Amino acid sequence: MPKLTIDDIEVTVEPGTSIIQAAEQVGIEIPRFCYHDKLSVPANCRMCLVEVEKSPKPMASCALPCGDGMKVHTQSEKAKQARKNVMEMLLVNHPLDCPICDQGGECDLQDQAVAYGYDRSRYEEEKRAVTNKNLGPLVKTVMTRCIQCTRCVRFGEEIAGVEELGVIGRGEYLEIGTYVEQMVTSELSGNLIDVCPVGALTSKPYAFTARPWELRKTPGIDVLDAVGSNIRIDARGGEIMRILPRLHEDVNEEWISDKTRFAVDGLKSDRLDRCYVRRNGRLEPATWEEAFEAVKTEAKKRTFGAIVGDLADCESVVALKDLMESLGAKNLECRQDMAQIDPAHPAGYLFNTTIAGIEKADAILLVGTNPRTEAALVNARIRKTWLAKRIKVGVIGRKIDLNYPAQYLGAGPETLAELAEGKGAFAGVLANAKNPMIILGAGALRRADGYAVAALARKVAEKFNMVKDGWNGYNMLHTQASRVGALMLGFVAGDAASWQKVDALYLLGADEMPVENIKPDCFVVYQGHHGGKVAARADVILPGAAYTEKSGTYVNTEGRVQNGLQAVFPPGGAREDWQIIAGLAAVLGRKLPYETLPQVRARLAAVNPAFARVDEILPAKWTAFGKDGKCDAKPFGAAIENFYMTDAISRASKTMQACTDAFVKAEEEKAVAHG
Amino acid sequence: MSATKTVRSFFLIELIKGFALTFSYMFRKSVTINYPFEKGPISPRFRGEHALRRYPNGEERCIACKLCEAICPAQAITIEAEPREDGSRRTTRYDIDMTKCIYCGLCQEACPVDAIVEGPNFEYATETHEELLYDKERLLANGDRWESQIAATLEADKKYR
Repeated sequence: MPKLTIDDIEVTVEPGTSIIQAAEQVGIEIPRFCYHDKLSVPANCRMCLVEVEKSPKPMASCALPCGDGMKVHTQSEKAKQARKNVMEMLLVNHPLDCPICDQGGECDLQDQAVAYGYDRSRYEEEKRAVTNKNLGPLVKTVMTRCIQCTRCVRFGEEIAGVEELGVIGRGEYLEIGTYVEQMVTSELSGNLIDVCPVGALTSKPYAFTARPWELRKTPGIDVLDAVGSNIRIDARGGEIMRILPRLHEDVNEEWISDKTRFAVDGLKSDRLDRCYVRRNGRLEPATWEEAFEAVKTEAKKRTFGAIVGDLADCESVVALKDLMESLGAKNLECRQDMAQIDPAHPAGYLFNTTIAGIEKADAILLVGTNPRTEAALVNARIRKTWLAKRIKVGVIGRKIDLNYPAQYLGAGPETLAELAEGKGAFAGVLANAKNPMIILGAGALRRADGYAVAALARKVAEKFNMVKDGWNGYNMLHTQASRVGALMLGFVAGDAASWQKVDALYLLGADEMPVENIKPDCFVVYQGHHGGKVAARADVILPGAAYTEKSGTYVNTEGRVQNGLQAVFPPGGAREDWQIIAGLAAVLGRKLPYETLPQVRARLAAVNPAFARVDEILPAKWTAFGKDGKCDAKPFGAAIENFYMTDAISRASKTMQACTDAFVKAEEEKAVAHG
Repeated sequence: MSATKTVRSFFLIELIKGFALTFSYMFRKSVTINYPFEKGPISPRFRGEHALRRYPNGEERCIACKLCEAICPAQAITIEAEPREDGSRRTTRYDIDMTKCIYCGLCQEACPVDAIVEGPNFEYATETHEELLYDKERLLANGDRWESQIAATLEADKKYR
């Protein structure tokens, strides 16, 4: 353990720690551009120069490992002078167009030029100009502003796994470019915007709309996939301007997927902002009282069933469960997609290894899942692990385009059955692995023999010793943010026979529900925030709040309970979802025993104690889930066809539409053109 | 009471001296001006009614950097922006509430392109409050109307900046 002094502060660090990291540990800030703690260290910006005693020249602190007895000065004249000179050189070719630059106000170069640079420029010659690159509909480029820190290139190579951005040329002619001028087709490309320390890469949809000092920042939880990414919601007035990632090392690190980041503009269109009641076959605007009365009239003569959609928060799920149970409704369902998941066995539906745990794995079997589209950040973890240890990855299901090498094993359950018997190409890899993992996708269970597939996957896990002390390698990867929470609350009840008797449905944001499955004489109450096919079929529409408009609890695919805060108010007459249900319950004469958010949360914890343990992972007991049975030979389907449009919010988003046109349709056209 | 004092008060000497002084002003140069037909001189740094300026080619100067909005101590300025059709950064809304404004001039100090200025005009009293809520159109029109004077005052004050 080397012991060194930085600015007269003694610090002992782990061997291999760089000086910049050691300085961070003792609270000393060293300016930097190219250094990023999640990326490799190229040491090419030279901004982090410090003076090290007995060294003739200033040293780049990001690339210099701490040595025993080193004496480092970050504030000496020599260090200050070195940084000033570096800053002057960086600004030589930087256009001083801060007033029209979207990075203005949150720009590393701007801040550090003020803090560490000269107060005027001596450069009078011409500045260079660089042509802008087309990086698609999400990332806007102004390449003249680039200071060649190469963070974006390293992000592409190391995290996103698309080696499309690169450095071209030398010296004065050095440029960042896409090699074949192609769009960055990663689902993590939005992170380039955060990674770029200057205004060279900025957000296209957010372009010129707001300044960072105008924005109100609220910590939230993303619901557009089941990863539960921690996000920061930036709002101005009543409008969400953008979504940024919030650091959570165990979930999303500091990245978020493009859908999480850019789908927010979907919250501005197709919103339900008032109640509607169907009168004489037409949906007509109504007041809350009229809507509740309409439900009350029907509730007296009908049997209710309830379905929870993909974006629901746990508070509204528990409120709906309590209401439905008090009405005597026995049919509750949170699996809109008919995935056969058994709520009685948490080990069977959780991502037991945890997302951070992937880094300990040395062999991964993907069954019926494409983590790249279903959970881009889980995929980023797998890639990170592959990059560090070159782990083996096997794929059963569709032939998918992953950004790390994977061995394709087969299309359907028969390959899985083979593996369960210890046969097949990947059996040796799994048998020799110390920490093998299996990741079962939602696509694998969304079929009639889903329980049998789950049992088969369990057998594979048991056969290869994936479940042992301190390691549970069995994982279910969900795609819906509400799924695990609703399963934990037991929002699954009723069998096929009792569903036949249901003649009234309460749909809590169940947008993916096939409308044709709803019986024509069924009375449908739809509560949600976006209009769509399902809302159009409804007899009563109750306008709810989207995830940014309510303080909600969400459980991610790992079983991690997280709370997001309300950033803005719901539009028009819309209300927070659990309050709508509580209000309806009062009208129906079944008043719920809670009136405030803390009381609802207490109720959540009473139904399942795990809800009291926010941001903790409680290991699930290994039980015999699934049902032994014969599997269909049908290959595993995909849970998501189009990454950019998976739910009501992203379908309403213009940005996601542009991405679909640019990436998905272009891919399809290419496939057609090449046969 | 002394004899001289009695004589002075008897002959109203003080009164006559006072009237004489007043009367003498009849023959001096007048210091008042006949406003609104005459106006006093104002400094090039005078901070009057706001205007948004244009470049000589007619292009508006404002680039929606929002620095004036940020610095305004009275929060009288409201700006919304988005890319214009040609991709340049422009305001879609630039409002000044002239009844909030305290005429401190920080907006024109902050402006990197000399777009928002406080011109020499001080005669814009209105009968209603609403008329003093200026929008972008009004401010640009002000700029067009006062450009020659604004340009002259900026030029006159240039060497002190």
